Amino acid sequence: MAVTVVTETGARPVRAGRRPPVAWVGTLPFLAYVALFLILPTGIVVWNAFQVTTTKVVNGIPVTGAKHFDLGTFNQLFNAANRGYFVNSIELAGLTALAGAILGAVLTYAVATGSPNGVIRRIALAGSGVLAQFGGVTLAFAFFALINPSNGLLLHASWYYTFPWSIGLIYLYFQIPLMVLIFLPAVDGLKAQWREAAENLGGSTWHYWRYVGGPLLLPPFLGALLLMFANALSAFATIVAWDNQISFVVPQQISSDLISEVGLFSVNGADLLALGMVILVALVMTGYALLQRRTARWLR
Amino acid sequence: MAAIVPVPVVDDLTSPGAQQSRPGLRASQSRRLNAFRYLVFALAAVFFGLPMFALFRMSLLGSRPGTYSFAAWKQIGTYPGLLGSIELSLEISVITFVLMILLLLPTMMWTRLRVPRFGRTLEFLCLLPLAIPAIVLVVGWAPEYNRIERFNLSGIMLIWAYVILVLPYTYRALSAGLNAIDVPTLSEAARSLGASWATVMTRIIAPNMWQAILNAALLSMSLTLGEFTVAYILGYNTFSVKLVSISRNSNNPVVVFAASAAGLLFTFLLLLILSYVGRRRRRRRA
Repeated sequence: MAVTVVTETGARPVRAGRRPPVAWVGTLPFLAYVALFLILPTGIVVWNAFQVTTTKVVNGIPVTGAKHFDLGTFNQLFNAANRGYFVNSIELAGLTALAGAILGAVLTYAVATGSPNGVIRRIALAGSGVLAQFGGVTLAFAFFALINPSNGLLLHASWYYTFPWSIGLIYLYFQIPLMVLIFLPAVDGLKAQWREAAENLGGSTWHYWRYVGGPLLLPPFLGALLLMFANALSAFATIVAWDNQISFVVPQQISSDLISEVGLFSVNGADLLALGMVILVALVMTGYALLQRRTARWLR
Repeated sequence: MAAIVPVPVVDDLTSPGAQQSRPGLRASQSRRLNAFRYLVFALAAVFFGLPMFALFRMSLLGSRPGTYSFAAWKQIGTYPGLLGSIELSLEISVITFVLMILLLLPTMMWTRLRVPRFGRTLEFLCLLPLAIPAIVLVVGWAPEYNRIERFNLSGIMLIWAYVILVLPYTYRALSAGLNAIDVPTLSEAARSLGASWATVMTRIIAPNMWQAILNAALLSMSLTLGEFTVAYILGYNTFSVKLVSISRNSNNPVVVFAASAAGLLFTFLLLLILSYVGRRRRRRRA
C-alpha cells in the first residue's frame, strides 16, 4: 500500500495570477513620455486635419473666425494638387524601392557569402550604416559634386534637376545600403546544410534557388521592399538639399505648408497631407508586419 | 535621415553566416561564387566611391581652376555658425542617447522582471514611430514646441522629439541584448542573495548587456547626428540644417562640401571602430 506523505510548507498565500498593481507603476514614466511626444502629436495631426476655419471678410480684410470639426475636409486630400504630390511620392518611392531592393539584394548576397569577420563585411556594414542613417543632405551634396551642370567631376549633366530620374538615382545611395542592412540577417539565415541536402538529392544550383533559397528569401525580400518604399516615401532631407524650387513630393509640401503658414483660406494643408501619409505608410507597414511574421518562422 | 533602419546592429557583424571554406559548395561552384562576389564589390566600389571621391575633390578645389587647397577645410572652424551647429548636433546626440537609455532600459528590464504582460504593448509602442514618419510627427510637434519655446529657446529641446525617433532602433538593439542573457535566473539568484530590484537592474543585468547598449548608442547617435527633417521644420540650426542654409545663401559654398565630407568620414570611422571594439570584447569572453 502506498504511503502518501503530505508535507506542510510555509508557502505564501497564493493570489491567483494577480500581480500587485504597484509593479505597473514602473511603466508609468515611459507611458507618460510616449503619450506626450508620440500619441499626443499624432492625435493633434488627425484632429487638426478635420478642422475648418471659417473666414469672414471685414472691410476687405480676411479675418479668421471660429474653427469647427468637419469630416468633409477629407475630400480635399484628393484634389488635383494633393493627388499630384502623392502620385509623385509613390512614383519616386516605388522606383527607388524596386531598384534598391534588387541591386541591394545582389550586394547583400555578395557580402553574406564572405567571411563573417572579414574586412569587406565590416566596411560594407559601416558604410551602409553611414549612408542609410547619416547620409541625408550630404548625399545630395556628394552627387552635386559628381554631376552638377557647371563643375561636376564626371558629367556636366543638365539632367541633374530632373524628377524622378536624377533624384531617384541619389535616393539609391541610401536605399541600397538600407537593403543591405535589413536583408543581411535573412541571407545569413540560409543554412549550408540546406544547400548540401539539395546537392545530395541531385539538385543543381538552379534547383536550389528555385525550390529552396528563393522561396525562403521571398517573404523577407518583399518585406524589405515595403520597408524601403515607406522609407523613400518619408525621406525629406535629400530632396530638400537637392532642389528647393518646386515641391515634388508630399513631405516637401507639408514642410512648405507648415513654414509659410498660408492655411488662412483653406483647411490646414500640412495636417491633411500628414494624415494621408499616415494612412499610406500604415498600410505599407501592415503588409510588412504580416511578411515579417512569416519570415520569423524559419529565421532564428 | 532615413526614417526606417531596423537592424544595423554591430552584433550582426559576427552572426553565423557562411564560413570561408563554404560547406555545401563544390570547388568549381566556390570559384564561380568568388568571381561573382568580386565583380559585385568592384561595381559597388565604383558606384558608391565616385560621389565620395567627387565630394572630396570638390572640397579641395582652389579658388583658381586647376589649383587645390585646404581653404575649405579650414573654413569649417571659421565659417560663422558652422562650428556652433556641429557642437549643437553632438550635444543633442549625446543627451538624446542618455535620456533614451534612462527612459527605455529600466522600463524594458522592469517589464521582463515584474510585468511581462506589458511586453507586447511596450514593443508596439516602441516600433510605432516606424509607421508614423518624422515628417508627420513634426506636424504634431510644431504646436507642442510652440508651447515649450516660451520657456526655453535652445536647440537642445530637440532631444524630446529625437528620443521618439530613435526608439524603434534602440528598442531592437536592447531587446536583442536582453534576449541573449538569462534574465529570470540572474535576477532570482541576485534576489535570493538579498539584492534589491534596483541592484538587480544596475549591477546584474545592465553590465551583462553592455554590447547591446553600445549598439543602441551607435544607432541613436548616427541617426541624430544626421537628422534633418525635424530640426529644419522646427527651425533649429543643427549640422545638416546649417549645411543646407549655407548652400542656399552663399554663392561659393565650398565649405559645405568640406563639412559634408568630414561628417561622412567621421561617422564612418565611428561605426567601423566600434565594430572592432565589440569583437575584441567578445573574443576575450569566449
